Amino acid sequence: MSVDPLFFLAIVLMGCSTYATRLSGYLLLRGVRIEGRMKAALDAVPPAILTAVIAPAVLLQGFAEMIAGAITLTVALLRAPLLVSIAAGVGSVVALRHLFM
Amino acid sequence: MLLAYAPIAALWGAVAAGQGFSPLEAVLVSGIVYSGAAQFVAVDLVTAGTPLSLLVFTVATVGLRHVLMSASISRHITHFPRLRASILMFWLTDEAWAILERRALHEKLTPAYFLGASMPLWPNWILFTAIGAMIGNRLGDGAAIGLDFAFAAMFIAVLAGFWKGPRTGAILAASALAACVAKLFIPGAWYILIGGIVGMMVAVALHSEAETA
Repeated sequence: MSVDPLFFLAIVLMGCSTYATRLSGYLLLRGVRIEGRMKAALDAVPPAILTAVIAPAVLLQGFAEMIAGAITLTVALLRAPLLVSIAAGVGSVVALRHLFM
Repeated sequence: MLLAYAPIAALWGAVAAGQGFSPLEAVLVSGIVYSGAAQFVAVDLVTAGTPLSLLVFTVATVGLRHVLMSASISRHITHFPRLRASILMFWLTDEAWAILERRALHEKLTPAYFLGASMPLWPNWILFTAIGAMIGNRLGDGAAIGLDFAFAAMFIAVLAGFWKGPRTGAILAASALAACVAKLFIPGAWYILIGGIVGMMVAVALHSEAETA
């Protein structure tokens, strides 16, 4: 099994590209004092990005995913452990997909 | 999380093999690029014969959400030595980031915790890429047992920890709406960045300088 050198170069460059995105936020903000609006914006990153990543998969797929998403959120808001919440989501999506098919 | 990773990695391996990647090539991509979204986009572009520069550029745009993720997590690791933190960033995938943000809500992050939460996902990702590339399309359907939803469920569960009242609701609603609209009208992975930025803008708009929180 061999790897084409040009293809290997492409892989390495893509890897650098991914790593650069992961490193840049850290390097940019290192040593910067964060307050006021900047803090408000950064505090919003986790909930806003988490929501944006999954919103289409949960809201645009169908009723099964929507309801399962609501069930997962409810279980999680009741302070269930992470794995229990995930299991509730996965379990309910399976059941609901059977129901809606 | 190891469980949720496996089917995605195996699927990618199978897709890559289907597009003419050798198992070794598929494994190298998983180990070096190490980003599900970027890899799925890349395999399409490589097959279409896209020039190298455009390939690298596109992979970077798909990864732009990681700039925000690493910016956000950087505030919790200011006490890490810079070199160590920079190396750890390689393993900052969506899943690892979600786990770390969740932990940082209640406890101070340590380099050991960061490593323990992120690094084990990597060999797992590589291993299942290899399995997927070798067994290809004989793979079972992960959707039948709901594994495709595990990732979404995990993000929702982590999300619940960030609830701080109606203002959070406004941020969530804005990002969800923006992400869905963007997903419907703009091809590619831009919806994540667009949803995230709209949510941040709402947070800034609702922020009042009088607060000291």
